[in-house]
Parts: sequence; C-alpha cells; structure tokens
Amino acid sequence: MGMTMTQKILAAHAGLEKVVPGQLISARLDIVLGNDITTPVAVNEFKKAGFEGVFDKDKIAIVLDHFVPNKDIKAAEQSKQCRGFACDHCISHFYDVGKMGIEHALLPEQGVVTAGDCIIGADSHTCTYGAVGAFSTGVGSTDMAAGMATGMAWFKVPSAIEFRLSGQLPKECSGKDVILTIIGMIGVDGALYKSMEFTGEGVKTLSMDDRLCICNMAIEAGAKNGIFPVDEVTKAYMEGRCERTPVIFEADPDAEYEKTIQIDLSKIVPVVACPHLPENTKPAAELSDIKIDQVVIGSCTNGRMEDMEAAYETLKGKKVADGVRCIIIPGTMQILRDCVERGYVTAFIDAGAIVSTPTCGPCLGGYMGILAAGERCIATTNRNFVGRMGHVDSEVYLASPATAAASALTGYITAP
Amino acid sequence: METKGLVFKYPDNVDTDVIIPARYLNTSDAQELAKHCMEDIDTEFVKKVAPGDVMVAGWNFGCGSSREHAPLVIKTCGTGCVIAKSFARIFYRNAINIGLPILECEAAAEEIQAGDQVEVDFDTGVIADLTTGKTYQAQPFPEFIQNIIRKGGLLASLK
Repeated sequence: MGMTMTQKILAAHAGLEKVVPGQLISARLDIVLGNDITTPVAVNEFKKAGFEGVFDKDKIAIVLDHFVPNKDIKAAEQSKQCRGFACDHCISHFYDVGKMGIEHALLPEQGVVTAGDCIIGADSHTCTYGAVGAFSTGVGSTDMAAGMATGMAWFKVPSAIEFRLSGQLPKECSGKDVILTIIGMIGVDGALYKSMEFTGEGVKTLSMDDRLCICNMAIEAGAKNGIFPVDEVTKAYMEGRCERTPVIFEADPDAEYEKTIQIDLSKIVPVVACPHLPENTKPAAELSDIKIDQVVIGSCTNGRMEDMEAAYETLKGKKVADGVRCIIIPGTMQILRDCVERGYVTAFIDAGAIVSTPTCGPCLGGYMGILAAGERCIATTNRNFVGRMGHVDSEVYLASPATAAASALTGYITAP
Repeated sequence: METKGLVFKYPDNVDTDVIIPARYLNTSDAQELAKHCMEDIDTEFVKKVAPGDVMVAGWNFGCGSSREHAPLVIKTCGTGCVIAKSFARIFYRNAINIGLPILECEAAAEEIQAGDQVEVDFDTGVIADLTTGKTYQAQPFPEFIQNIIRKGGLLASLK
C-alpha cells in the first residue's frame, strides 16, 4: 500500500523511504512553537535539563498571545520569562506586543510555516498549519524543550481518515460549518491518534481561511493532525510570503485510509455546537429560542480577514441587540490594520461592538470577556467545555462568524 | 513500580480545562496550580486525594488543550496513576514525558468504582481491585516508551 500525505512528510523528515501506521520514528523539525502559557514551562525544563543552546535560532517561534497585553502581574512575569529566553538565544521569530498575533493566525500570515514542513507546537491548535500542506501537531512543553534543544521529536506514524470533499459551500456557510459538521458526525474522539486527510474536488472551492479553520479544529476530533493537499490556492497564498521554499508532497494513489467519509459541501448548513462538547452540533436554525448575553468573534479558529469580512457584512449599518456584549478580536496586527483601513472598525463600533487588539483572551477564559454564572455566549472559538470562558455555570455555543454576527443583532442564536 | 490507593472516578471526555482551568495558568508553579486540580467538576478532589490514589475515567481522558500543566497537577496532587478507557493523544504524550503513570484498560475503567481500593503494577500492567477482588490486565507500554520512563522522562532520556 502507498502512503498518505502525512506519512510521506513524516518519512521524509525521518530519512526513511517508507513508514507504516504505528511505526515509531524520530523526525527532523522545521519549526518548534510555543506561547506565553507553555513556553515558561518549556524554558524551566530546558534549563533544568542543562541544555545550553537551541538547535537553530531561526526555527523556533515564540508568540506571546494568550494573556497579552499582560492581563495581570503573574502573566507579566511569564511574558518577561519568554522575552528573556528569546533574547538570550537570539530567537528570530519572537513576537511581542506590537507585532504579535494569535499564533495560528500569525505564523501562516508571516510565511513562517510552509508546505512540506514538519512542525511541533506547545499549543493544541498547532494542527492549523496542515492547511498549507505541512505536517503539524500539538505537543506539551517538555516536547517543546526537547525540540528546541535537539531539533528532533519522536512520533508514532498515524493511520488516516480520508474526508473526500465534493461540491461547493452555500454562501452563508464557511469552513467553520464544515469542521463542526464533521466533529458532530465522528465525535470528539472520532479521529483519536489519526490524521484527517482532506481530499477531493471540493478542496479547490475552499479559501485558505476556510482550510486554516478546518485544520485548526482537527484536534477537537482528537486527531493528531489535519492536512490539505497543495493546490493553486495554496501556491498563490504562499507566493512571496514563505521564507523557506515550499516542498510539495502528494498522497500516493493507493494510499491506505482506515475509512473514507464523503462530504458534499453543497449540503452543509450553518451549525452550532451546543454546551459542553464540540460534537453537540445542531443546525443554527433550530436554536432560535436560545437567548445570548455575549458574542465573541475572533480566536485562532476564526480571527482571520474573511472572518472579519463576514462580521462586517452582517453588522454594518445595524445595531447589536440591547443587552448583548459583542467582542471582536482580529487575529493579527496586520488583520487589525486592514480592519481599520477598510473601515470595519468604525462600522463595528457604530454597531455597538468593541474591537480588541489580538489576543486569545476570552476563548480560554483568560480575560477580555469572561462570563458570569448563568450567562451564555455564542463564539467563533473552538471549545465549549465546562467553565471554558468563565464561570462553571456559564455556557458557550460554537459557531461561524456569520452565525455569531447574525446572533449579535437579534440577541438569540440566529442562522445567517 | 506500583501504586496503591483509593479511586476517584470520572466520566468520558474529561478535558484539560477542567483538570486545570486556564484562568490559573498565569503561573507555572506546580504546587500553586495543584490547589485547583479538577475543581470545575469535583471541588472535593484536592481536599480528599492522598498519595498513591488512582483516577479512573472513561474515553478520551485529557482532551482539549496541550497544557502540560494538566498531567503535572494530577501528579503533584499525589495521584499515583490514571486509568482510562482511552487518552487524548497530547495528554498521553505529556504524561509519559513528565513521568505520570497512565494505563489504558477498558474493563477496569468500566467496572472499578469510586472509593474502591486498588493496586496497580506499571511494569506488568496488572490492575487489582482489592475491594472486589477482581484483577485486570492493561496494555503495557511499547519498549520505546518504557525506555523514556526508565530514564526518568523525555529530557533525561536525551542526555
């Protein structure tokens, strides 16, 4: 049997001609990533183990994004520790306030990640970069420390599930509706330990922002990674952007998939994942009696320019419903700048929304929109676990930017 | 290596946000973090847990965030072992890397009840429920992973 795209990238980085599912390999890393929550733990481990230097100062990315601008003194100390380590080791991809963004919006935008890469990140949503045709997976801080020191990581080669896409999304739907629909079908451990390989004629109809969003939430199905083939859309995105030369891998025609799931994009409808698991999906249209207190549009899942456009198209010239707090968080400084230049920020403020600088903030209950007991939020974020955005008795409903914005206008969950 | 203690039982899909809520992640001090272990679903856990006690859970334990703080707080509380039907992959990897023993065993996770006294041998994978008298065989780790554990975690194994 042939290899999947993921297996081919792993084989190449392990210096092997062929790998099979279940095989344990040691692979060369192109990027090792950490953020302001996970890097301090990695730095402590790095020092405790007695490592003196990093394997390559140009292949480590440290992004301060979860609690910055520093939300409190403890967060400030963690940022300071990251800054000190980045300075000591001359880390070239260190992103502090002023040039930072939410890591998984920022690294593709800045061309730090590219097709054919093998990437680990001490953040579970590192799987996002499969959208550019890379193998990319989330790990913990100890793996980050080992990766920074040696440039290597061990992996168990994953088996794969193929998602064969056909058709084209209706205009009211986006990548978020696709991935929520898939998680609703297979469950939060439906792809546990496996790769999710997106294939088929439907791929070419999806924008890069759609693909980044879809791969971002592969972890929410338990997957090791999600990955898209490299096509003209990917090449156009990478052109003039990526700092290293892309390497294009293609799945063998006889690649082995554990199963194949057909997804007709034209049949997708706007969906919402109800508390307290991303698999609890229902059509947005069936939830119109759910009253909301807050709307969050942003995060590593949906803080990109097309997400801002969707929010703008819905909110411009209208008013957020009384009693609803609408919080919009562009994912990077470039996206924020584009929102300013295009007049989106003015339109958002006129609609009664607020606009923040980039931060993970409310997505993980950090700050910038914490919920009280009994409050409900519809959010374009990625997790709706108990207490995720605040009080243990609060609720998070996950949706696309179009659905979240439509809900902001009515005060109830509303299909776009 | 082995552990012996009382069982704390949890359902399917216990996520890392309830193991250690992100609102506390403005520090990496394990002792400080451990005070909040499991508090969003079990406020009694940190008050009752004693060294050697065992967590038993359903499918997909440790899903969600990659925060290594999650296995770290479970270990810092004194928990001797986590037994589950399955583990989310990043949690599984992190637990091995920091030296928290974990075992996958569907039958044990199904039948062992909260409050039972259990004894777990990590080398053989044998789980004994001393309250009911039943024993279970968990899948032992592959040799590659046993080597990491023998050497005291990932970083020690690289030296």
